[in-house]
Amino acid sequence: MDMCAKKISDATMENVEILSKLALSSGEREKAKEEMGKILSYIEKLNELDTENVEPLVHIFEEDSCFREDAVTNGDGRADALKNAPKSKGGQYVVPKTV
Amino acid sequence: MAKQYETVIGLEVHIELSTESKIFCGCPAKFGGEPNTHTCPVCTGMPGALPVLNRKVAEYALKLGLAANCEINRYCRFDRKNYFYPDNPQNYQISQLYLPICYNGYLEIETSKGKKKIRIHEMHMEEDAGKLIHDEWEDCSLVDYNRSGVPLVEIVSEPDMSTAEEVIMYLEKLRMLCRYLGISDCKLQEGSMRVDVNLSVCEAGCVGLGTRTEMKNLNSFKAITHAIEGERERQIELLESGKSIIQETRRWDDNKECSYAMRSKEDAKDYRYFPDPDIPPVRISEGWIGELKAQQPEFQKERSERFQRDYGLPEYDSNLITQSRHLSDIFEQTAKLCGSPKKTANWLMGEGMRFLKEKDMEPEELHFSSAHLAELIKEVERGKINQQNAKMVFGKILESDVEPAAYMKEHGLLAVTDDSVLRKAAAEVLAENVKAAEEYRGGKEKVLGFLVGQVMKKMRGKADPGKVREIIERLR
Amino acid sequence: MQEIMKMSALELGGKIRSRELKIKEAVDAYLAHIRKTEPGVHAFISIDEECINSRIKEIETGIRDGVYSGSLAGVPVAVKDNICTKGLRTTCASRMLKNFVPAYDAEAVVRMERQGMIILGKTNMDEFAMGSTTETSVFETTVNPWKEGHVPGGSSGGSCAAVAAGEAPLALGSDTGGSIRQPAAYCGVCGLKPTYGRVSRYGLIAYASSLDQIGSIGKTVEDCAVLFEVIAGKDEKDATSTGRGIGRIKETLSGGFSGMKIGVPKEYLASGLEGEVRKGILDAVHFMEENGAETEFFSLGLTDYVIPAYYIIACAEASSNLERFDGIKYGYRSDTVSELHEMYKKSRQEGFGEEVKRRILLGSFVLSSGYYDAYYLKALKAKRLIKEEFNKAFKRYDCILAPASPTTAPKIGTSLSDPLKMYLSDIYTVAVNLSGLPAVSVPCAIDSRGLPIGMQFIGNCFQEKKILKAAAAYESLRGAFPAAWERRDCVGKAI
Repeated sequence: MDMCAKKISDATMENVEILSKLALSSGEREKAKEEMGKILSYIEKLNELDTENVEPLVHIFEEDSCFREDAVTNGDGRADALKNAPKSKGGQYVVPKTV
Repeated sequence: MAKQYETVIGLEVHIELSTESKIFCGCPAKFGGEPNTHTCPVCTGMPGALPVLNRKVAEYALKLGLAANCEINRYCRFDRKNYFYPDNPQNYQISQLYLPICYNGYLEIETSKGKKKIRIHEMHMEEDAGKLIHDEWEDCSLVDYNRSGVPLVEIVSEPDMSTAEEVIMYLEKLRMLCRYLGISDCKLQEGSMRVDVNLSVCEAGCVGLGTRTEMKNLNSFKAITHAIEGERERQIELLESGKSIIQETRRWDDNKECSYAMRSKEDAKDYRYFPDPDIPPVRISEGWIGELKAQQPEFQKERSERFQRDYGLPEYDSNLITQSRHLSDIFEQTAKLCGSPKKTANWLMGEGMRFLKEKDMEPEELHFSSAHLAELIKEVERGKINQQNAKMVFGKILESDVEPAAYMKEHGLLAVTDDSVLRKAAAEVLAENVKAAEEYRGGKEKVLGFLVGQVMKKMRGKADPGKVREIIERLR
Repeated sequence: MQEIMKMSALELGGKIRSRELKIKEAVDAYLAHIRKTEPGVHAFISIDEECINSRIKEIETGIRDGVYSGSLAGVPVAVKDNICTKGLRTTCASRMLKNFVPAYDAEAVVRMERQGMIILGKTNMDEFAMGSTTETSVFETTVNPWKEGHVPGGSSGGSCAAVAAGEAPLALGSDTGGSIRQPAAYCGVCGLKPTYGRVSRYGLIAYASSLDQIGSIGKTVEDCAVLFEVIAGKDEKDATSTGRGIGRIKETLSGGFSGMKIGVPKEYLASGLEGEVRKGILDAVHFMEENGAETEFFSLGLTDYVIPAYYIIACAEASSNLERFDGIKYGYRSDTVSELHEMYKKSRQEGFGEEVKRRILLGSFVLSSGYYDAYYLKALKAKRLIKEEFNKAFKRYDCILAPASPTTAPKIGTSLSDPLKMYLSDIYTVAVNLSGLPAVSVPCAIDSRGLPIGMQFIGNCFQEKKILKAAAAYESLRGAFPAAWERRDCVGKAI
């Protein structure tokens, strides 16, 4: 296997961490950079494929639309919604202040 | 010489659709309710829950797209917009980016400078977010997902507007279409219509666009107008002083009447849009489009022309009344019931509009029976109530939809129609006002009005002034 | 008790229906066996005996009253722990969901319960189904019942190990890139990954939504087929589920290989495939050929590109699917910080394991601005080309035969250190998910270390019937495959 690992910069890694909402320790970050570099180098194998004029395939069955009709079918879901909440108050989820 | 600047404005308008249920689940879409009572695993982002598209949402979006002269994507798709925020239970919003349902449309507006086409870049369906409120006691925020998953259509215009007037005309036109279509009540104050204004300025004759800012939290047409004017001035001042404009999102403060830059979130804005694998593409057949086209209602222009043709309304009246589908529905029903279209129009445009202005209400909020107004109009025609009292009764109809005959009787507002009573009162007035009576008999027509007024006063308003006049004339 | 463990799920169901066997007797036998074997296998995360006992009573009445008349009424089933069960914690083998108790059942669970089946418990897996060994679980390491010190495969390792260890006659798994077929092969049991959309994903905690599919695991092809019939079908709650008929499968399983043309991709037998596995597959091919099947080696294109395309698509979707785990509505929350975004980061950092974080990071990267076209879109285009390769093949063959994995079960502790190497071991399974195809894995041999070798029959979309028929034909020629739990020497000392 041709393994000339791609270099991932600190800035790139930091950006990806922010997007992923993950806070890696510096040790973890180094490891993640190296692994990601290796994996990306490998998956770039796809560049060998000529995909000119090929439409991306998102849904395997591209023809099947699916709708539900406009009707209220659910009752009060509050108790179920909050049952697993780490913190709630007055029927609402509690989060660190947002403003 | 001072430089001339041009303003370039584009709008992103969100409209909450008035469906029964939410866009992707069977929870009620209606406003309000105790926090989190209108929720289920889907709209609270529970693990394993899946969205299923409400057909009516696509239908409403298509109706609006057709009304706004859009092209339709026969194959449209939903995408995920990824960002972390507590009002967004999945931490991605299901929206449309790559293949929105409608695109390339326009609305025609008419301003003091004439007609203008405002192009629509695209329209797409998406889900609304929940609501966050700040808890002062514990210094934390609380999340309510009742609004999470309420269906929205976002209408993105091209930057084709240059004044606040054009913006308001465009919004009024859009709101009118939605209301005629019955797909949204479009209330700015309640948030069922939300407007983000993208604005930039550049020196007159410049090529390309200047740096734009986006303004949010505009809850009334007045706020939009002030925000546009303020932002234009702010940007020009910056340019004049040699500073550059920062591309940013600004929040309008309605109390202070100014905007300020929103604290930038900790994230770089990279939403990582990608097609939502949970929702199959939406195929829109020619048959479906044909069906919806056939269902399109009569819009304002056609309705106004028809009112002029069928009811003989003057163009001005007809245009004014048909600005609101609801008001024009009331007009038509009332006119049919009482047989006096012009009088109906006068009542609605006069007392009706005055009432709305006083209460700061929109015509859509009027809830009274056309039969009651029709009855009142007939009573006036029959001379059963004088104009002044009739206005009062109409006020009551507008306020609480009273039944006019019963109300008039109960409050003693029925005009006295007994000739002998009126003759007696007239004779008394002539006797009490010797000078005026003499002048009148001497041919001075001017005093007639005074005498009628005195009789009316004696009758405490409960008489038909026309009839009183007739009686005084006969006593001459 | 041994008699009960030896029965297929259908035999067990038959005895229960004919009242030769009480449900309680059957379930108690399984529970007793579980108590004995679990300390060595660790296939289960949760078992709720109280719940099981109340279900037994209800189903006994139900069978008597004719409410439950299906062939699996009263039969216990193990369920992978990424499939939601109302009132029974569903953890995805993650610290993040360690205490999560769903308020709803997955549709597949609803359908099994409607047939009077009994949920025995929730099985171990790779965290959020990301992995091929069940070692990324935050719980105990599941041991391959065939040999101590070896993994059961993954990610549905707990479900396959449970069936192999005789702890359950049937199990549900999920397969995103081979997660049913590969552990089934490692554990010497039969596992079906249905066509995408056949089984509702409602209540399956998503890893990669466009690839995930729930399937059945059993001792025999017939058991897998019957459980598949129970769980398949259109569900209004899953827009990607399909209502296309599956036909009567069980009745057609006995037709043999008559008129069946089976293609074997040469690329799948090339370097990278362990010698003993290759021999096992080739022997099976010759055996089938001798017994009436028409087999042919052929070239399947683009096999080098399936792993890159798969990991880009799967990780991209996973990065988005796992955003909902933020410490607000459910799951692990780190309360040591008071700022919102710090809370998100810390909760996720502490709640997710290494492999999950690796895939989230990779997924966020391939979707991020500037890389979307080069990676994600490119992978979707490759996906179309890969699907077209299969379309071509299915013009010539009724089904495709392939190994389920390049090796037999590796030793515990040898796979996670090199993620890329681990990803490459999915080479024979991921193309099936990318193309939405059904495939069934059946054991065909045992290697010199005493570990089972599995192979898979792959069919065109919606042709479960064909692959199950082929697999059943092979199975009846092969004869009963040994049960791990009966071969004391293979089961490990703890049993």
